[in-house]
Amino acid sequence: MSTPNFSEEQVLRYSRHIILPGIGGEGQRKLLDAKVLCVGAGGLGSPIAMYLAAAGVGTLGIVDFDRVDLTNLQRQLLHDTDDVGRPKVESAVDRLHGMNPGIDVVPHDTMLTSDNAFDIIGQYDIVIDGSDNFPVRYLVNDATQMLGKPLVYGSIYQFEGQASVFMPGKDTPCYRCLFPQPPPPGAVPSCAEAGVFGVLPGIIGSIQAVEAIKLIIGKGEPLIGRLLLFDALDMEFTTVKLRWDPDCPVCGKEPTVTELIDYELFCGLPSRPDDAASAAGA
Amino acid sequence: MAVKVKIPTMMRARSGGEPVVEGEGTTVREVLKDLEGRYPGLTSGIVTDESTLHRFVNLYVNDEDVRYLGSLETPVTEGDTISVLPAVAGGASIDR
Repeated sequence: MSTPNFSEEQVLRYSRHIILPGIGGEGQRKLLDAKVLCVGAGGLGSPIAMYLAAAGVGTLGIVDFDRVDLTNLQRQLLHDTDDVGRPKVESAVDRLHGMNPGIDVVPHDTMLTSDNAFDIIGQYDIVIDGSDNFPVRYLVNDATQMLGKPLVYGSIYQFEGQASVFMPGKDTPCYRCLFPQPPPPGAVPSCAEAGVFGVLPGIIGSIQAVEAIKLIIGKGEPLIGRLLLFDALDMEFTTVKLRWDPDCPVCGKEPTVTELIDYELFCGLPSRPDDAASAAGA
Repeated sequence: MAVKVKIPTMMRARSGGEPVVEGEGTTVREVLKDLEGRYPGLTSGIVTDESTLHRFVNLYVNDEDVRYLGSLETPVTEGDTISVLPAVAGGASIDR
């Protein structure tokens, strides 16, 4: 076991973790050494990134190509009113550095695509999906399975949310085991069309942050093989079983999808002229 | 045999706004058929025209995915709850 080796400032900043049985100095060291990528700096990405930054996750990557819009501020706590018009990763870096200057926040001001996904995701140990569209969800799922990285999944709709953890490899389910195919375009209205309860991503994103930290420190029972469902109106959490599909094209016994594909096409959308999917925060 | 069916927000426009409805039947298929009779259009988002489950929707009897039970022929009994779980992406518009 390595000596945690904290600075005086770190001992104070992380004291409530360090004294906490279950995290301790050793767990805090693991957090400081961890490299986590958050896909999206929106509704889900805000609590994810803010809690991980506060917790001292040493390297925190944020990928988002979008700019802050006034309609985002009802739920996307990373951004301020003065940030409207700025790239989301820029205001995210400012907020996260303000919270914790002792960590390395890495902005990726770009669309996550089939061309750059391996490069970007390859730099991290764990990926958290705070994206807002099906092409990126399938891209992130496939890329993490292929690179052997755990993926912390979360998704929201109006007053309802879902969360799970997809581990790489066989025997545990991935997003494609859950939903082998995306719904046809237009079947699921977007938040812009259907609205979204502002606090909801705060709850689901916070659950994703919890699961990521559990994976980093190796404690507890992550949501592997389980799908957590939340209904804010009924104030009800339920969990259903998630099973590995031996016929899954990505993580099944005989994978048929072994490299990244055109995810826009897969989702029934027109292909991007240059590439596949884009990442914007939910 | 009355079985509770939890309807996700996305489909409540077709369940008269109800989050939970009751259906009669001894299998998932019978319950859905019963519901379709009273809430026309409700099950079109769950089963295809060929009467199989859409691949972007999951059905659970209690906490178990019906794909790993007997699909639409999964037996249900009084007190069971069927939950409908559609794929949702969350967030901004998919067609940029």
